[in-house]
Amino acid sequence: MSSASKNGALLSTEGLTAGYVPEVDILTDVDLRVNEGEIVTVIGPNGAGKSTLIKSIFGLVAPREGRVVLRGEDLTGLPPHSITRRGMSYVPQLDNVFQSLTVEENLEMGALESGRAKDRIRAIYEIFPRLGERHTQAAGTMSGGERQMLAMGRALMPEPSVLLLDEPSAGLAPAFVEAIFEKVNEINNAGVTIVMVEQNARRALGMSDRGYVLDLGSNRFEGPGRELLDDPKVAELYLGGTARLDIS
Amino acid sequence: MYADGARFLAPRLRSKPPPVGTGRGVPEAPNEIDTPVMEAGHLTDAAPTAMRGRLEERLRQSPALAASLILIAIFIALVIGEGLHDVLQTTVNGLSLGAIYALGAVGLTLVYGILKLTNFAHGDFLTFGAYMAYLVNVTWGAPLVVAVFWAMAATALLGLLFERTLWGPMRRRRAGFLQLILMSIGLAFLLRAVIQWFWGTEIRSLDVDNTSSVEFLGLRVGETELIVIVVGIVVIAAVGLMLRYSLLGKRMRALSDDLDLAETSGIDTKRVILYTWIFSGALAGLAGVMAAATTNIRPELGFELLLPIFAAVILGGIGDAFGALAAGMVLGVMTEWSTLLIDARWKVAVGFVVLVVVLIIRPQGIFGKAKAI
Repeated sequence: MSSASKNGALLSTEGLTAGYVPEVDILTDVDLRVNEGEIVTVIGPNGAGKSTLIKSIFGLVAPREGRVVLRGEDLTGLPPHSITRRGMSYVPQLDNVFQSLTVEENLEMGALESGRAKDRIRAIYEIFPRLGERHTQAAGTMSGGERQMLAMGRALMPEPSVLLLDEPSAGLAPAFVEAIFEKVNEINNAGVTIVMVEQNARRALGMSDRGYVLDLGSNRFEGPGRELLDDPKVAELYLGGTARLDIS
Repeated sequence: MYADGARFLAPRLRSKPPPVGTGRGVPEAPNEIDTPVMEAGHLTDAAPTAMRGRLEERLRQSPALAASLILIAIFIALVIGEGLHDVLQTTVNGLSLGAIYALGAVGLTLVYGILKLTNFAHGDFLTFGAYMAYLVNVTWGAPLVVAVFWAMAATALLGLLFERTLWGPMRRRRAGFLQLILMSIGLAFLLRAVIQWFWGTEIRSLDVDNTSSVEFLGLRVGETELIVIVVGIVVIAAVGLMLRYSLLGKRMRALSDDLDLAETSGIDTKRVILYTWIFSGALAGLAGVMAAATTNIRPELGFELLLPIFAAVILGGIGDAFGALAAGMVLGVMTEWSTLLIDARWKVAVGFVVLVVVLIIRPQGIFGKAKAI
């Protein structure tokens, strides 16, 4: 198992078991492996433990067993703000902007060294020009899609090598869903490794290097994104039945 | 003159009741900012109606503007009824009271916003500050300036001490809202009892000159009161600038907005919480000395100020530091204005009236953004 980190995985979980209530495990023995530069998507039915997985990777839920390893370093038990300092950022699904702060202040909150903040903010405005146009606006008055962009921009401020996204397209207007996925691709092309949990499984798997199917807290399938999409068993169980509704 | 205020606020009550309950966790659907000002512009054939519609819209979107207009209306009504001199005189008195409220309220609101802790012991922090100043200024005979800094430092340390021994451990044990409130009430009694044990219940005063006064434009202001007003306004401005522009200030606001998100953004929230206690304690200590200098020192000093300070916190929007500063000043001035109409013994009631009225018509506070509590 520890071979995962030895043969070059950027991020891996080894036998991760976690939960919120004593004696009730939401995740059991989950092994995940993410290579540098990949987009990896975790799909699965509601209640499969997708969000719990991403939260325990980021230290928001303390694992009961197992380890989280980033670049060979054991992160298990570290508080989230220290994990951010080690090169991994996280975008929560809900409540992911500081509503009473302006766009620019939100971004500043993501900066680890205030000296570099100005340059980073300029770089983020290049990725998300809309944020630049609205830099003095209070984040609470922005639309859902703009907030998602701001949350991603904030997470990119410390120049992370891994970005964790919890359902980036949830609750967005259709026009924004596509825009967000395009941005995810763009960020990945700039060299950031992406791990995301998505409800919109087909769209997400379609753009992923690899995918994991989580069910009842364990990984059931694993493979390249397109292969999972074409796997009849995965399709039947997790992609809405055999009636294949390819969106492309 | 309160009727004017009611008329300003009534339209927003009927058409858009303030959101009550929890706004968190629910993703607010893409909220396009409606631009009814434009719509009103179409009604060019009925210009006065359009004007009124436009004004109503502006007031609805900016309750702080509505509140300012109410304040100006009350001011004008008072000037007509009681004369300019008396109104200005009470306004000056209100500024020193307002500065005490504002400096007490800003720490209380930040602690609430960040830790969800309704700190009933905050009033006794003011008392503690006052007695610390007494110790240095009267017992040891040091100058008042030294006493002020000592009081601020000691009260900040007291805040840190309780965070380390009480609030931090309680949070780790996931204490509920009610447990925390009850503990803070207990702590308030404990603090007062300890203060009484050391200094007794007799009324004391700082070594300040409470007899000489200065006169300008026909207004009389006590020298001490003038110093309190100037120091208060300077500190309030400094606190406002610090919260607006400094990294620590922005981080405090970020924590107050969403503690978990602050932690996941990479902010060392534990450290910012400690700084918040230092900040809150030091300002409470200063407010306590200011209250002691303008009145006197007794064990109930802070507790009696606590309820108007709570009123300022709610008027400013719970957790909103800028709101608390502004609301504290407004409440102080309104309290002194009330003495023009009612016996001064009842002026404390103004805080309660404002508290109840604001909670009924706009629970998120006058200065608060359109954010639910």
